[in-house]
Amino acid sequence: MTQERHIEGSFHLTGGDFTNAGAASSELKSVLASLSITQEVVRRAAIATFEAEMNVIIHAVAGVMYYLITNDFIKVVLNDMGPGIPDIEQAMQEGYSTAPDWIREMGWGAGMGLPNMKKNSDEFKVDSVVGEGTTVEIIIRIKEGKTQ
Amino acid sequence: MTLEKIREILEGEVVLSTGDPNTEITSVCSSDLMSDLLHFSSEPKSLLITGLNNTQVVRTAEIADIKAVVFVLDKRPDRETVEMAREKGITLLVTRLSRFTACGRLYAAGLGSCTGVNR
Repeated sequence: MTQERHIEGSFHLTGGDFTNAGAASSELKSVLASLSITQEVVRRAAIATFEAEMNVIIHAVAGVMYYLITNDFIKVVLNDMGPGIPDIEQAMQEGYSTAPDWIREMGWGAGMGLPNMKKNSDEFKVDSVVGEGTTVEIIIRIKEGKTQ
Repeated sequence: MTLEKIREILEGEVVLSTGDPNTEITSVCSSDLMSDLLHFSSEPKSLLITGLNNTQVVRTAEIADIKAVVFVLDKRPDRETVEMAREKGITLLVTRLSRFTACGRLYAAGLGSCTGVNR
């Protein structure tokens, strides 16, 4: 009998904390890599999560990243207290960015964040309220029969 | 191609070695924009050539399964960047060459893009 997997956890993210930016995604990647999940799935989850985490660091005051790993899927939800996204469709366009110049000097703000999250997810949802915050939900399916 | 061979072609210096110099590198990506790297790099075991020099580069390399980073124009990574790379097992090299020349030399030597196209 296959044992049902249910691993969950969460991280607090602090806006503007570039020293620890990416640490949550890095830790989640380590958790995923320790399970029998293909390298490709681990990589897609890590990239989607990292982009979402960076968005919180760049744009929001604070946020929470929650994850759930089962036998079938990886679900990551990021909830932030940030400015919100007025036009999600526009934000989804490759190359569209509202990041200031100093963020670009650090190598971010290329306008590929949301498109990268979508590209690496099997299911991807963004909900946003201007002046309140944004919630991003990423689901990546773990395909059966493939192990690292 | 081995990391040691790459170092030789780029007339580079290893700032931090985290593994076997004979580690095989199968493709190369080059950008100063981290999201572009995350978008286009689709192959693991790749090498990153960049002019950006901060901890974000190491973090991005870790997430994208990049094994080694080459900093161009003699840009030396600071202590924080080196420490993070040590922790994550990513080898760091420095070359005096520009990004264009570094990429050109490796392309001419037979390495392809980490995007998997233009081989």
